[in-house]
Amino acid sequence: MKRRDFMYLAGMGAAATMLPAIPVWGKTIDPADMLGSIDPALKKRMADVALNAARSKGATYTDVRIGRYLNQFVVTREDKVQNIVNTESYGLGVRVIANGSWGFAATDKMDNDGIARAAELAVAIAKENSRLLTSPVELAPQKGYGEVSWKAPIEKNAFEVPVKEKVDLLLSVNDAALKGGANYANSILFLVNEQKYFASTDGSYIDQDIHRIWPTFFLTKIDSKTGKFETRNSLSAPMGMGYEYLQARPEDKINGVTTFYKGRYDMLEDAKAAAGQLGQKLTAKSVEPGKYDLILDPSHLWLTIHESVGHPTELDRVLGYEANFAGTSFLTLDKWESKKFNFGSKIVNLFGDKTQKGSLGAVGYDDEGVKTKNWDIIKDGTLVNYQAIRDQAHIIGLNESQGCCYADNWSSVQFQRMPNVSLKPGTQKKSIDDLIKNVQKGIYIVGDGSFSIDQQRYNFQFGGQLYYEIKDGKIAGMLKDVAYQANTQEFWNACTDMCDESDYRLGGSFFDGKGQPSQSSSVSHGSSTTRFNGINVINTGRKI
Amino acid sequence: MPILSKEQTQALMQKVLSYSKADECEVNLNGSDNGNIRYARNSVSTSGGISQNSLVVSSAFGKKLGVATINEFDDESLKKVVARSEELARLAPENPEYVPFMGPQTYKESPTFVQSTAAMTPKDRADAVAESLKISKDNKLTAAGFLENSTGYAAMMNSKGLFAYNTATNVNFNVTLRTDDGKGSGYATKAFNDFSQLDVKSATKTAADKATRSVTAKAIEPGKYTVILEPAAALVLLENMFFGMDARQADEGRSFMSKPGGATKLGEKLVDERVNIYSDPFNAQVPTSTWSGDGRSQEKVQWIDKGVIKNLYASRYWAQKKGIKAIPSPDAIIMEGTNSSLEEMIKSTEKGILVTRLWYIRTVDPQTVLLTGLTRDGTFYIENGQIKFPIKNFRFNESPVIMLNNLEALGKPERTVSGESGLNALIPPMKIRDFTFSSLSDAV
Repeated sequence: MKRRDFMYLAGMGAAATMLPAIPVWGKTIDPADMLGSIDPALKKRMADVALNAARSKGATYTDVRIGRYLNQFVVTREDKVQNIVNTESYGLGVRVIANGSWGFAATDKMDNDGIARAAELAVAIAKENSRLLTSPVELAPQKGYGEVSWKAPIEKNAFEVPVKEKVDLLLSVNDAALKGGANYANSILFLVNEQKYFASTDGSYIDQDIHRIWPTFFLTKIDSKTGKFETRNSLSAPMGMGYEYLQARPEDKINGVTTFYKGRYDMLEDAKAAAGQLGQKLTAKSVEPGKYDLILDPSHLWLTIHESVGHPTELDRVLGYEANFAGTSFLTLDKWESKKFNFGSKIVNLFGDKTQKGSLGAVGYDDEGVKTKNWDIIKDGTLVNYQAIRDQAHIIGLNESQGCCYADNWSSVQFQRMPNVSLKPGTQKKSIDDLIKNVQKGIYIVGDGSFSIDQQRYNFQFGGQLYYEIKDGKIAGMLKDVAYQANTQEFWNACTDMCDESDYRLGGSFFDGKGQPSQSSSVSHGSSTTRFNGINVINTGRKI
Repeated sequence: MPILSKEQTQALMQKVLSYSKADECEVNLNGSDNGNIRYARNSVSTSGGISQNSLVVSSAFGKKLGVATINEFDDESLKKVVARSEELARLAPENPEYVPFMGPQTYKESPTFVQSTAAMTPKDRADAVAESLKISKDNKLTAAGFLENSTGYAAMMNSKGLFAYNTATNVNFNVTLRTDDGKGSGYATKAFNDFSQLDVKSATKTAADKATRSVTAKAIEPGKYTVILEPAAALVLLENMFFGMDARQADEGRSFMSKPGGATKLGEKLVDERVNIYSDPFNAQVPTSTWSGDGRSQEKVQWIDKGVIKNLYASRYWAQKKGIKAIPSPDAIIMEGTNSSLEEMIKSTEKGILVTRLWYIRTVDPQTVLLTGLTRDGTFYIENGQIKFPIKNFRFNESPVIMLNNLEALGKPERTVSGESGLNALIPPMKIRDFTFSSLSDAV
């Protein structure tokens, strides 16, 4: 699903209103039908039809993905339920190598004839395109795993929770926000279940069951005299979890300027706090532009990590495969080969990860049948690795893929996507207060806001949800009209301090966009609260 | 999946409706065949053919609505999907904003379907890309590009007698050429309903020229400059203003169209009087469907007339509540221009910056539509009517509302497609004074 479709469905943001009609990504189905899954034996038979058809037409490698993608949305505003949607998308994608070239085709005609025709089309496309190749596709070796399965370690399948319970939660969130002073309250619960089956000519038949959840809200308060309005979005993170994410426990909370949530989320409590903060935002002081030391909360920093570390270390961008759309990368191969490219300060350690429990990137195997793992990308401030898949591994001297291959649907071709990329917390015991007390002139930023970065990932600008001025080691009130601009390398070299593991939290996105046709992937980024010195802050207030 | 004819969709949907026991029932049916080819590093990379379709049944009992879908069309499956949607409707909470389905409508035909595009094959795509790659290699450049064609049908029918049907084809091509040293980059994008109008060679040559000319870019100080935005650059800014022209958002006080106390800027002059923006599904250069997904007719609508906001779009519910016309948001926008070519606009510019493409546009402040983003793939300094030298890319912080008040000149409109949202538009290049660049970017 694309970000803009989600924006439309959720009735969020102005962009939503431009899109025609109700989007139907898949097929809306009875909630009761969403609990079962398709028998792996049947999927194996279908996969074998495709593998055999492609082989008989001359494919030298084939993989097949049979996907059943389920979504549920509960969308509310104020005291109304706007939409309850169950969607299902079911079909098959087949990817082949023939004459050294990739080919791909997808179909929702799941009988033997439909599957075989898709496989034949994929081979035909590969053969047609092979005349445009400069060199044949080279795949890193991958052993077959036989018939295996992996299930996300969720505690409570959110699709099994009655719709009424979800509706009641969201309406109580809206009610609390309105009582707390918000003029408008939108809330949404977004559930995803990917039932994915992968088979390849390497001899793998992998059945996986993946769950994701994202509860979120958007509050607006308007000053009726001036017509000015402010918004405050939920501090939740989309997670690779079941409904247990919404069952908050005291031990999952961190107290501060607002309550922060670690692994579990108290939506009602956050909405109450947010409603109160809206009033403060409307009367906040407009920021004086200049250099500030920034203290960035994980609910904010995840997005800066995503844009300035996650994307430039994608090997497909580095190599130029995304030059026409998502862009290339300033982290060129020569910088990696030098083994001394100074990406950040010595305390900066960032790692790729496809296994962290509860994260959006966690799967047992990627979408080309590679078992997932973790690895260093930036070590002690130096660039040491990228993110790669099977047809790229040889370029950076690897003899196996890093397991970063993903397709957002059966109808999309899989390609290199970002794993979780996270910032290792500090090794010395430090709280958020410990960080703040050492800052003379600073801004403490909570939550993610506006975000933009250039196509090689040098120059970025970020906003947030809450901005607090820090003066002489103390919080001195709220600011507004804040955005910071920096250059990636300078920014990470300005990283001077961070909290320890006890503050480590995940943020993330359901809508990381890349590729043509554009695909969305879900990815988490962990960090603890972190300090960056002397960052340029601009004032974004304007009059029209 | 073959594209179903009007008669085939009619017969299928009539059968679906015959199984309905609900107060109201509506059926949407659509399908598409898409093909694409992608290339990078002067070589083909990924490509594919995707075929999919969907049947959606919406059943209502009073203000309770249920929706279910299936993609098998035998009688048992059709009966099952109808029964399932009715069961969901009975379980659903009442929606106070529910508006009954529309009755019969009359729609005109729009030339959205072109056979030459529908007939495209993997070979056609590979041939087109081969031409593009040849230009790249001949110029010692590296190409990355994308060519995609789609053929689709959409139909709807309901128990109140509404029937709508449309077929459409689209072809999109965009390409980025880069110099081997990574110091120059150029871009071109084209979109048509008709494949035969697509000139891959010409677009690739434009990108090649920009790539070659953009090497050794100089850094100039950020600040306010006169800019000439090519259509692809102008659209990604303007569309954000357009996305905020929803009546409900304006009435509720939470868009740039809102005024204190619940009033809106509808009827007010908001931008330069040379700004005229409308939509027209019958426009030959950018035709769109003549009906929206909920059955409303898409007609020609003037959105901004001589700088004055003339219309806002609204949902059927909001229109009913407010007693206003329920105008659907359009599928494409058209902005009037002049007969001036881009070259003439450059010639008449004493000092300025030519912008090929803008990238990663995000709203910074919805109240003022303040946007941020960056220039990309061909940014040049103009002096005394000539392109003098390439310049390094900038980040901007600017509002399209402010920008359209700082309008200097408009050029000849051309069809383009938004690199951000995919929206199609017929839009002129535009010269804007005091456009705000806030910092430099090292990106090429």
